Parts: sequence; structure tokens; C-alpha cells
Amino acid sequence: MPYLDQNQPEILRPVSSLFIFTSVACALFLNGLPWEGLWLTLRPDFVAVVMLYWCTHKPLRVGIGLSWLVGLLADVSDASLFGQHALSYTVLAFGGVVLSRRIRMFDLREQTTQVSLILLLTYAVYALVHWQANGHVAWVYFLGCVTSTLLWAPMSALLQSMRQTRTDRE
Amino acid sequence: MGSTQTFQVLNRGPGHTARLVFFVVLSVLLMFVDTRYRYLESTRSALSMLVSPIQRLATLPNTLWLQASDFFVTQSKLLNENNILHTQHERDSAQLIQWHSLLQENQQLRLLLALQQRTPFASQFAEIVYAERDIFRRKVLINKGTSSNMQAGQVVMDDKGIVGQITRVYPWLSEVTLITEKDHAVPVQVLRSGLRSVAFGAGDTSQLSLRYMPVSTDIQNGDILVTSGIDGIYPPGIPVARVEKIERDAAYPFAQIICLPLGGVDKHRQLLVLSATPPLPERPVAEPAPTATKSKKALPH
Repeated sequence: MPYLDQNQPEILRPVSSLFIFTSVACALFLNGLPWEGLWLTLRPDFVAVVMLYWCTHKPLRVGIGLSWLVGLLADVSDASLFGQHALSYTVLAFGGVVLSRRIRMFDLREQTTQVSLILLLTYAVYALVHWQANGHVAWVYFLGCVTSTLLWAPMSALLQSMRQTRTDRE
Repeated sequence: MGSTQTFQVLNRGPGHTARLVFFVVLSVLLMFVDTRYRYLESTRSALSMLVSPIQRLATLPNTLWLQASDFFVTQSKLLNENNILHTQHERDSAQLIQWHSLLQENQQLRLLLALQQRTPFASQFAEIVYAERDIFRRKVLINKGTSSNMQAGQVVMDDKGIVGQITRVYPWLSEVTLITEKDHAVPVQVLRSGLRSVAFGAGDTSQLSLRYMPVSTDIQNGDILVTSGIDGIYPPGIPVARVEKIERDAAYPFAQIICLPLGGVDKHRQLLVLSATPPLPERPVAEPAPTATKSKKALPH
């Protein structure tokens, strides 16, 4: 029964806004670490993965608007074109919100294949803007898409467990 | 049934597709305005206040590591470095005396010829906080911003030559576009022959190229390029690059000239920011052409 995972608790504690805010701030922090060279190429987009987690698991709290705002912050911290991350995160959030129920039905392994398409679309939008602005297609960006997809399972397991332990304590 | 539907509509606001379209249009509009005009700089610097604590925190491990490695430098290494600096200082000071007399002589000659005096420029010390995250960009951020009177357009150099130019200023940070950034242009002059040209960044690699130079142009391998100073941004006579490779193919109208920057464009952490050069006199207004045929040939500026 794929949709009834026994390990997953039925009721999780309602997520506080502070928790969402902290997770996004941590993701921005991880993106902002001094990555260089090959590591920068292989760096997963932590912010995208965290935003996708919240969009799929709390679609009524975190949606397209908030993702757009976080995208603007990512633009400022990356000094990229103003609106480039915002646009790609808007597409990401749309995919996450629309497919949220479907994705939550699967276990982590099956979720990864679903999520890979959304992330691929997000990176494609980002690369499209880069192509329009700079005149050449940056295929290297898509390496980051692969690592971001691989990050989905550990990241969502981590966030899920952090929500779970809080309920256990009470 | 009807009441629940109304409730859902009130609760959720506009549909997902409507939101998607709204924010996509908004983002595209922002990108358009950001590339074409400079209206969004204040918004950007306001948002940077929110992000800068996180950025500072992210660079903290690296800074701590550098400080720790500074602390554990051995005495012999320091002595060695001190010796090298001493000898270099003595050699430089001998040249500096010559330079002073040459400066005097140059000023007098310029006075005699009634040319405009070269203005000396002050410099400010800055340190690189972090490099650009995008692998295709050649930009770094330094730790001085509007709080230290930084302005967009100021020139950044190190002890060897030009490194780049400040393109965006935040309250405590400034963004420096390196000269190797794709399509970044520096007006240069060949030191040996006085030939004027413009050096463009090549983008992906740490190279510069001279474009639109005829095949027969007087340029050789190893020629030093210095800033010509005719743009009003870069002060004249600062080393920029050395010519590395010239390809003269008669099949093409222009020679392919590859240069390597002299300044440590992606090496050092400490940089010098030059104070803004005095603005050039206004460009003369183009005289209205007498005939229609001439006006077509006139340049847009």
C-alpha cells in the first residue's frame, strides 16, 4: 500500500511560522556558503528544495506568492538578474502546490521521481532566462538540478522528522 | 454545497493558475526593468539588508579559517617574507624618487603645452567578502558600501593592475564586476606603440580580447596594455593586461588577440578602490547636418 506509509505519523504538529522562516533562512545560508569551482557547479539549490517541501506539505501556508518573495531574496543574495530566481521559484511553487496531494501519497523514493520533473522545469526556466540575457545556453546548470533532486529525500526526511519529534515531546 | 464552495473561494483567494500568471508577469516585468533601467537599485539595497546577516554568517567559517591560519604562521616564514618586502621596498623607493622627478617634469611640460593636468587619485582599501555564486559571472563583493562613500563606477585595482569596476553599491557591500566578465570593456592603449583599443572580457575564462583590430595592426606578443583614460572612468596609465596570443588570419578582417590580465583578477583578497575621477567636459552637441544625406551618416550620439 504505497499511500499508507506505516512509519509516517498520521498527525503532525501544526507548523509554526517561525519553523518555516528558520528553515528558509537556513537554506539561504547553505546556498550562501563560499562554494567554488566544481562544488559550485554541483551545489544543490537548498532554497528550491525547502520551498518545494513547504509547497507540497503546507500548500495553504506556503504558496506561489511567498516563493516569489523568497526568490527575490535569492536574487539579491546572488546578485543575479532581479526576478530570475523569483520567476523560477514561482514555477516551482505552482508545480508543488498543484501536485501537493499526489506527491504526499507516495513514499520518498517515488516522490523523488515526481519532484525531479518539477525541479527540472524550475532549472529550465532559470536557464531560459540566462539564455535570453547572455545569449548562450548554460547546460552546466542542470548538474545542480540532479543534485537538488537527490537532496529531496534527505531534506524532506529531515524536515518531517523535525516536525515529528516536536509532537513526541508534548 | 453552494455555501462550501463560497467558503473555499473566500478562503483561498484567486486560483493557482491566476497566481502563477500574475507572479510570472511580475517577474518578467522586474527583469525587464532591471536590465533596461536602473529604477530597482533602492529596492535591491533594501532587500539586501534582510539577506546580509545570513550572508555574513555564511562567510564566517571561511573568515575564521583564514584568521586561524594567519595566527599559526611560523616565525621563519614571517622573517622570510619581511626580507623580501624589505628588498622590494628599497628597489621601489629608488624608482619612486625617479617617478617624483618625472612627475614634476611632466607637469611642467604639460603647463608649457597648455594641456590639462593629470589629477592624482586617492585610493581606499577593501577586502573581498565573497565571490559571485553564478559560475558564468565574474563578480566579487567587497566589504565597503555606501557607508564608506563607495559609488558605482569606481575603479578597483591591486598592486599589479586593474581588477574591475564597482557596478552596484549596497549599504555595507559593493559589487565589483571583474574585467574578465563577458563583454566588460576597458579602453586601453598599447604601452609600446601608443595604439588605442578596447579590451573586452571573454566571459568563461580568465582572458581578455581586443576586438576589431585590423590584421596588419602594430601589436606583438608580450605587449603591455595600459588604460588610456579617454573614457573618464579609468585613470590613465594603469596596467591592464599582457598580449598572450595573436592570430592573424587573412580570411578574417580582424586579428584575434588574446590577453591575460596583469592584476590578480581571481587571486587576492585585498583590493584598492580608486576615488572617482573628475567628470569629463560635456560632449559637444552634434551640429545639425545641412543635407538629408549627411544626417543619415551621423552617429546617434
